[in-house]
Amino acid sequence: MKTVLLNKLQHISEKNLMAIEDAKTNGRKVIGFYCLYSPTEIALAAEAIVLPLCGTRNDPIAAAEEILPRNLCPLIKSSFGFAVTGTCPFFGFSDIIIGDTTCDGKKKMFELLSQHKPIHVLQLPQNQDSRIALSFWRAQIDLFKSIIEDHTGVAITPERLRKAINLMNRERTSRKALMDVNKIDPAPLSGSNLLEIMFKAGFLADKQKAIALMDEISAEAVKGTLRENNSHNGRRKRILLTGVPVGLGSDKVVNIVEQCGADVVAFENCTGYKQAFTVDEDKDPMDALAEQYLATPCSVMSPNTGRFDLLKKMIPDFKVDGVIDLTWQACHTYNVEAYQVSKFIHGNFGISPLHLETDYAESDTEQLRVRIEAYLEMI
Amino acid sequence: MHFAGIDIGSRTIQLVVINEAGQILLSLQADTGFDPIAEAKKLIGGLSCDRIIATGYGRNLFEICFDALTVTEIKAHAIGARALFPGAQTVLDIGGQDSKAIALLENGKVKKFEMNDRCAAGTGKFLEIMAKTLGFDIEQFGLEALAAEKGLKISSMCTVFAESEVTSLIARGNNRREIARGLHSSVIRRAAGMINRLSSPGDIVFTGGVAKNPCMQTLLREKLGRPILIPDEPQLTGALGAALLAAQHNGAQD
Repeated sequence: MKTVLLNKLQHISEKNLMAIEDAKTNGRKVIGFYCLYSPTEIALAAEAIVLPLCGTRNDPIAAAEEILPRNLCPLIKSSFGFAVTGTCPFFGFSDIIIGDTTCDGKKKMFELLSQHKPIHVLQLPQNQDSRIALSFWRAQIDLFKSIIEDHTGVAITPERLRKAINLMNRERTSRKALMDVNKIDPAPLSGSNLLEIMFKAGFLADKQKAIALMDEISAEAVKGTLRENNSHNGRRKRILLTGVPVGLGSDKVVNIVEQCGADVVAFENCTGYKQAFTVDEDKDPMDALAEQYLATPCSVMSPNTGRFDLLKKMIPDFKVDGVIDLTWQACHTYNVEAYQVSKFIHGNFGISPLHLETDYAESDTEQLRVRIEAYLEMI
Repeated sequence: MHFAGIDIGSRTIQLVVINEAGQILLSLQADTGFDPIAEAKKLIGGLSCDRIIATGYGRNLFEICFDALTVTEIKAHAIGARALFPGAQTVLDIGGQDSKAIALLENGKVKKFEMNDRCAAGTGKFLEIMAKTLGFDIEQFGLEALAAEKGLKISSMCTVFAESEVTSLIARGNNRREIARGLHSSVIRRAAGMINRLSSPGDIVFTGGVAKNPCMQTLLREKLGRPILIPDEPQLTGALGAALLAAQHNGAQD
């Protein structure tokens, strides 16, 4: 990608840290989120800054393992490690942490984390049934709202909520448009660049700035100027990455795919296309939020039909040649679901996905490389 | 014209040279050691060939040092196995540090593959360490295991845990041949699981150094109830596949 753009991204990220500090000095509250199930709109409606805290780097894992078991998902260990070592500025900024019972490991980790920060955990239902599960979830969202009101001292009116929903819808629309750029073949953005842009945009306290940044990059990317022309190396195979979330530091599979001469053109995960939704602006805002967020197609839901719908749409939309299904070590729900995903994709598209189970460490790079290279030879 | 394939594995390096007709003219083997490129240089020293393709874990290092093409060991084994057994649809390769089951399409291309976990569980390295723990020579390990009257159940697959398990079994006075048999069975259970996940029919071509082990051959045949085909020199299959691919590449450029 153009150095100008990368420098700009870096510059914006640095300015963002200062902006958050200033906002905090002026009395604004900061709320840290760990999971896509929590409606950030509620925090935005209370004039708070929302920050994603999910850990994507390997560095703090050793510290986390002094307390947590080794055989646990690296995402949970990384998140916890960042918190206990005080190495994540965004965790430091957060006045309250919002978690979800997205899996057993996270749920128990949040208990330990509560010794470091005030924390509220949203209780997720086990499925997305529109009657029982939704009414339970609706009550959780109500409780969440009152906790945010208590913490911020701001009364969240329907008007404020509507404004927040509108803002987040615009942000998600821009995010989706950015991801959709890679429906073009050859992909105008490399997977690693796309990931970096979305990752950094996610931390921007000013949503308007995030929207403007993503819109600008999308407009630039479709012109085909953000990638060197390397067509002389032949057509790059197009890969869809599905499964667990990936961010900067947990992107080794994306990097290996690129080193092997292929592109990750789409991300079917909660750091990617699972965010490509909008909340209904015509309904009662609290109802609309509860409905839309419960529909998040995560493997923690049983059954998780939404993921298959998403895959069915994305595989032809992004004209992919192959699918890599990524599971973080010890993530039982994605690991078990991999079998159904493989059967589904093979049955519908005749593609056999490559399932990989790994963690954030670099130790298995060569083992992963041989699997990925062999998969690219095969498709 | 001469074409070569070099398979730089974790334990050994194999070199195969063929002519246009695909006949093997020369095959050499060396231990990989700690400096695979130096070993590879010794093997190919004085060799004249029109094209060489590298496979195995050292392929990328070889690519950089010799400006050669590379192929993964999965594709190389598929090509090699098909050349040796033209009807082959399923290949099982157990090498030094990994094992893989490969399903082939009618045209010989890879349809699907399964690999072991990222560690050396259930591979040649595992058997080597276990043989040492039990005081057997690796060449005799399979024969000794076959001579056991029964096998003991070994549940650990991890090399480190299995070693502790074996140590406890020895301490309890168990027969070391029976322990050896149990270790072989545990590797076969794992391999059979990979083959079954592929649901690929037909005879199984068994390649890699571990295919030379008679106990592995017998147990695999018993476990799957399918004919097992073993090349004369199973550990050369990957290098042969790479050499054949080198010949194909040459043909494509003419």
